[in-house]
Amino acid sequence: MSRITLDHIAHSYLPSPKTEADFALKEVHQVWEDGSAYALLGPSGCGKTTLLNIISGLITPSHGRVVFGERDVTLLPTEARNIAQVFQFPVIYDTMTVAENLAFPLKNRKVPQAEIDRRVAETIEMLGLGPMARRKARGLTADQKQKISLGRGLVRSDVNAILFDEPLTVIDPHMKWQLRSQLKQLHRRYGFTMVYVTHDQTEALTFADKVVVMYAGEVVQVGTPAELFERPKHTFVGYFIGSPGMNVLPAEVAGDRAVVGGHAVALGQHYRPQPGRTEIGVRPEFVRLDDGAGSLPISVRSVEDIGRYRILRGAIGPHELNAVLPEGRAIPASPRVVFDPARVNVYRDAHLVEAEA
Amino acid sequence: MEKTWNNKAWFMVLPVLLLVAFSAVIPLMTVVNYSVQDTFGNNEFFWAGTEWFEEVLASERFHDALFRNLAFSLIILAIEVPLGIAIALAMPRSGFWVPVCLVLMALPLLIPWNVVGTIWQVFGRADIGLLGHTLAYLGIPYNYTQDPVAAWITVIVMDVWHWTSLVVLLCYAGLVSIPEAYYQAAKIDGASRWSVFRYIQLPKMHRVLLIAVLLRFMDSFMIYTEPFVVTGGGPGNSTTFLSIDLVKMAIGQFDLGPAAAMSIVYFLIVLALSWVFYTVMTNYGQDER
Repeated sequence: MSRITLDHIAHSYLPSPKTEADFALKEVHQVWEDGSAYALLGPSGCGKTTLLNIISGLITPSHGRVVFGERDVTLLPTEARNIAQVFQFPVIYDTMTVAENLAFPLKNRKVPQAEIDRRVAETIEMLGLGPMARRKARGLTADQKQKISLGRGLVRSDVNAILFDEPLTVIDPHMKWQLRSQLKQLHRRYGFTMVYVTHDQTEALTFADKVVVMYAGEVVQVGTPAELFERPKHTFVGYFIGSPGMNVLPAEVAGDRAVVGGHAVALGQHYRPQPGRTEIGVRPEFVRLDDGAGSLPISVRSVEDIGRYRILRGAIGPHELNAVLPEGRAIPASPRVVFDPARVNVYRDAHLVEAEA
Repeated sequence: MEKTWNNKAWFMVLPVLLLVAFSAVIPLMTVVNYSVQDTFGNNEFFWAGTEWFEEVLASERFHDALFRNLAFSLIILAIEVPLGIAIALAMPRSGFWVPVCLVLMALPLLIPWNVVGTIWQVFGRADIGLLGHTLAYLGIPYNYTQDPVAAWITVIVMDVWHWTSLVVLLCYAGLVSIPEAYYQAAKIDGASRWSVFRYIQLPKMHRVLLIAVLLRFMDSFMIYTEPFVVTGGGPGNSTTFLSIDLVKMAIGQFDLGPAAAMSIVYFLIVLALSWVFYTVMTNYGQDER
């Protein structure tokens, strides 16, 4: 196990990239702490798999260095990097039994037979594959196969990190939870560094200590699930995380007031006047129905009853606005809402603006 | 729902039934008919019973042809299958060269069989053929019309040239269906090139290889046109395979009874061997499921 440093990494699939747009992965400078679980979260095509493949060594970055601990591994091939990877579709060796599958990486590394037997038995125990150890891997279910691919990483004592590339895509929903919590347990018990690529926010937030949100080839925020929820650094993060996502409304910001479509909104904190395009962001959870002072009129498009709460989908003028409302209270004919001032974030050109001290 | 019973289905099946009857069943029955009778022409037939079968099964001529045919099939399988796999492995998986390779590979398969025979017949001639002339010029003795070894080599090389492409194309289809992740995982597992072949590529090609072996076996066991055009079964009887022998007997000597008996025996052998091949190969590795 060791710390992984991505030193000003950038990658383009073109031979001679010229503009910023030619890069599938724009400059990333990141340190992955030893023993932590990270999730790379973002929509399809945002560069998360590229970043993962750079760490695993399947891709050599156009710029920058990859450092494991103190060792520069940028130019080392995958097999020399001591990482393990679990792919979207379970990769198993059809003709081998489960135990042979697990022994395969050790055999290739010329580990003594006694040591192989011991480690394979340990891994089978860890993953709960005992009853099927002697069976051909081909006949197993998708989640068992995925455990085998994971096991081929766990069985090695030399892995620096285990990389997951959307590993639960082909797993049945009810097995997803089980497999994910098992993964978390393994992580807590053995403390590998884990990097987990997904486009599913629930998966990312429940799995990782820290979530790295990517958008259009850039890392837009690295933070704990709580940070991502409360202080999204980019409007994309606000929109992408949470269900429904954060409301983003164009506004003029001055002092502790923002003006949205001619209505004043209290901000809780003091902001300098901002040049450029300014917006305020507020999560649906912090929008309340209230027709008191400083409230905004909204139009209602639909109300979805989720069971424990309701989601109101509406609009302020032309701008969409969602609110999470408790059960039980009737929604008036011409509702008005207020925002929790402490929970309103200000954005300039999509990036979070810090308040004045 | 209630099932409807009527005889309409017969009308649907009837055309196919008639077609199969005229194209397969009736000719086959004619052969059966000939195989148990003797005729001296004039549409006069005498019951012969199993006499022809006994004669064919006991004849050395049949044994020799059968042995030659088995040897031929085994040799071309032993060459074409590994060679086909090797070429398929060497072919590019993507890019500009893929269609080029595929077209090149498909070319020999598009040439009519007797044309293939003619090509090689001319190609191997010492006076005007490129191959024969070159070998003669280099002082290598090669004459497929007189030397049985040269004749065999010519027939085998011709078959390899003609049919390896089929194995290549089938294997290639199996290879390109392997997802990239398998190769990446193998790299991470530190697998050698041989291990990748043995544990990833070969298992994925298993099914198409089964088809390739079966097709090549059946075709080579029934081979007629190409060796007939090149060597005519000679020199002597050295390249007289079962089908060539059969034609000689039926049309050359007009021994219709023994020829019919031999056709039936031949047919049963092809059927039985194909069945054995198929069962053995499909069962291989299927245990312990």
